[in-house]
Amino acid sequence: MIFEVFRQDRKGQAFEHAGSVVAPDTEFAEAWAREQYGRRGESAALWLVPREAIHAVGDWADEFDLKYRRVDGYSIKARLKEARERASSGAG
Amino acid sequence: MNELLLGLADDELVLGWRDSEWTGIAPLLEEDVAFSSIAQNEIGHARAVYELLADDADALAFDRSPERYLCAPLVQLRLLDWAHAIARRWLYELADEIRIAALMESGDERVAGLAAKINREEAYHRMHAEMWRERLGATPRFRAAVDELWPYALGVLPASRRGALAARAGRDVVDAVERGSSDEAFRELHDEMTMVRRSAPAGAQW
Repeated sequence: MIFEVFRQDRKGQAFEHAGSVVAPDTEFAEAWAREQYGRRGESAALWLVPREAIHAVGDWADEFDLKYRRVDGYSIKARLKEARERASSGAG
Repeated sequence: MNELLLGLADDELVLGWRDSEWTGIAPLLEEDVAFSSIAQNEIGHARAVYELLADDADALAFDRSPERYLCAPLVQLRLLDWAHAIARRWLYELADEIRIAALMESGDERVAGLAAKINREEAYHRMHAEMWRERLGATPRFRAAVDELWPYALGVLPASRRGALAARAGRDVVDAVERGSSDEAFRELHDEMTMVRRSAPAGAQW
């Protein structure tokens, strides 16, 4: 079985994909993942997920220009500058 | 007491060294990492105990002649057959658990504290050993290895604690291979183990 390993840097943080282990069962996967991803104290916690449990989504229909849905479509630099100037002149 | 602790430290050092001989050649990549990591942990335990016994842990660990080491013959064996290496890990962890549990009850606070600390890490070593025993336990090769190593495993513990080990292993107490003997293979290991220290220039700092 292939287990995808997710590790958490510090308590409270999001888990990030770290790699995978190939193991015959969950017990071996745990023992091996502990040593591979935690032996230097680099992980607060691990998640082991059998690869087949992952439902992957990777195909997108991008037929139309969807720029208008993205925040990076709008430049706010100039407006931000203006607002800052207004604020500082108001304060002075 | 000191002899008991020195025996423990020597066991951990030498087993750590022996198990490190699997680095790069363990049967599975993941196990290679795990086995090597556990071996390193054992050497870490040895260091902590040496530091408890002496101001200069390296001197205590490496400046004795081979016949002055107190390690059990079980850990000295050079085992380059996986069934044997795993059988030794399993038997050693069983014996070590009994020894560490006794040290955790020590009247000396420093000893009890260190034993508890070691025990927390050993819990994962036991988990690892037990998982392998479950997997290999029924195979003739593993069983033959356990049969062969059993008298050595008994030698890890003082006679008074061997009954407890036998109960856990589901076996009988037999004549043990006692501490205090070492062979040519151990002298070779000792030579390799102490090489860096012997060849370091005076005053070298690590």
